[in-house]
Amino acid sequence: MSLSTDDVRHVARLARLALTDDEVQALRGQLSDILAYAEKVGEVATANVPPTSHPYPLRNVWRDDEPRPSLPPAEAVAAAPAAQDGRFSVPRIIGEPV
Amino acid sequence: MTPLTRHSAMGLRQLLERREVSAVEVVQAHLDHIAASDGHLSAFLRVTGEQALAHAADVDRRITAGEPTGTLAGVPLALKDVLATRGIETTCGSKILESYRPPYDATVVRRLREADAIVVGKTNMDEFAMGSSCENSAFFPTRNPWDLERVPGGSSGGSVAAVAAGHVPLAIGTDTGGSIRQPAAFTGLVGVKPTYGTVSRYGLIAFASSLDQAGPIARTVTDAAWLLEAMSGHDPLDSTSIPEALPGLRGTLEAGVDGLRVGVVREFLGTDGLQAGVKARVTEAIDRLAELGADVVEVSLPHAVYGVSAYYLIAPSECSSNLSRYDGVRYGLRCDGSTAEAMMAATREAGFGAEVKRRIMIGTYALSAGYYDAYYAQAQRVRTLILRDFAAAHERCDVLVSPTAPTTAFRLGDKVSDPLAMYLNDVFTIPSSLAGSPAMSLPVGLDDDGLPVGLQIMAPVLCEPVMLRVARALESDLGFDPAPRGPNSLTEVAA
Repeated sequence: MSLSTDDVRHVARLARLALTDDEVQALRGQLSDILAYAEKVGEVATANVPPTSHPYPLRNVWRDDEPRPSLPPAEAVAAAPAAQDGRFSVPRIIGEPV
Repeated sequence: MTPLTRHSAMGLRQLLERREVSAVEVVQAHLDHIAASDGHLSAFLRVTGEQALAHAADVDRRITAGEPTGTLAGVPLALKDVLATRGIETTCGSKILESYRPPYDATVVRRLREADAIVVGKTNMDEFAMGSSCENSAFFPTRNPWDLERVPGGSSGGSVAAVAAGHVPLAIGTDTGGSIRQPAAFTGLVGVKPTYGTVSRYGLIAFASSLDQAGPIARTVTDAAWLLEAMSGHDPLDSTSIPEALPGLRGTLEAGVDGLRVGVVREFLGTDGLQAGVKARVTEAIDRLAELGADVVEVSLPHAVYGVSAYYLIAPSECSSNLSRYDGVRYGLRCDGSTAEAMMAATREAGFGAEVKRRIMIGTYALSAGYYDAYYAQAQRVRTLILRDFAAAHERCDVLVSPTAPTTAFRLGDKVSDPLAMYLNDVFTIPSSLAGSPAMSLPVGLDDDGLPVGLQIMAPVLCEPVMLRVARALESDLGFDPAPRGPNSLTEVAA
């Protein structure tokens, strides 16, 4: 797999990373090399092989629906870069130019 | 007389129980040693001396009053900075979480506090646990106590450096693809990656959720077993936590290896990049197991060669998803931006280091439209085949053995410019991470440069007792001295 600089910029946009031009250039080569290595998984015949995400046979995990105390709002927002009235504060989202 | 800082955790417990020393004296001795020598190592991101001494004083008070204390009462312990500690900075080695103070303790931290282990500080690590050398920390690299020009391994580099140096007898690391085992091998320590799901991930800042697992780092097998018992157990706050308890570990530690079947993984011992000194020490250790009565056979894990490829799709994919939470809104760094998207992109650009960005990019690409089946889903199917390889090998063997890493500790700067070469350092540890089964590193000697070599011991899911039993038998036979030595070691340089 060989990536173009446009590919790298597209993925960076999806990942919300404002990469510099130098980073885009460096990553183009590095990602191509790493993905070429990772693509070796494609050599393995896996027809009828199910995927594994957890080695232990856990299925749905349930617990009783009992009310319990949660983090107080003041503590929840205490580490936020900007907060107001117990809420997280962010730049304007609705009405953003697209 | 052995200084307090070279005693094992169990040795310290005996001194404390016999009232020959107080918990405050034990903790102060370790804090003094950190103050005197961590300038050479940079193992700690922060030392919590005041809280540690207050907890130690409380333990002493309870011992004097005859009140109950925990199983690790008075023993100093260091936490990798990936574990949330209430009110104490938790950075994950990243600028994006610089000065972040979590509002809660990780379950592991809570359990260890309840066991009355004394937390003396938070240790350095590769940013978000991504790396094999500790050079990816956003703050500073950590050095290897055996040779200050070499890396301690990673990502749990600060934890192993602290234990090897005698700053603490015990530390917690986390292992996603080898981040406990490889650094333990590089520093002559015992490091255990438990069965996935036995140690709660609640409060463990996520890198790759289907692989991340915390585990013990110690200078002896017995200490590691003791610590693992204290930190493991079902947690309703982690939905991937296994309901079954880990079987008792300490009762069978001294049972020996007579009659046990040990499988030598053919593909691992035959790898091209394996250093001669590593191969020699590992082969000798395997010969000792046979001498001690184990039945040693050769086994094959045919799909293990695809482990690194599968891992570098699965782990970055999960990382790209997990790290999307660092968006400048709820915690951590925020950079200015005229829109919400511009703010997030600027924050993440400024807050993440090169390796973290690289993995986010790989993962985002692998999960993006049109590639999911060829990459993430295919890697997970290969994961199933690796699991089946292990199952077949364990039909014939109680444990499998291999080198922990293909090389001993490398020099700082040697691999930073070649990400793929760095990734290949995890070639032997990744397969059991993908299988979710327990694996550990045991020091088995030094190479010709005087650097430690680790033997990896792997066991089936929840078979930690037999794994630790093999490790204990070999430890007792080899008599490896974990004190760093050599011309460029901390011991010489700090003397």
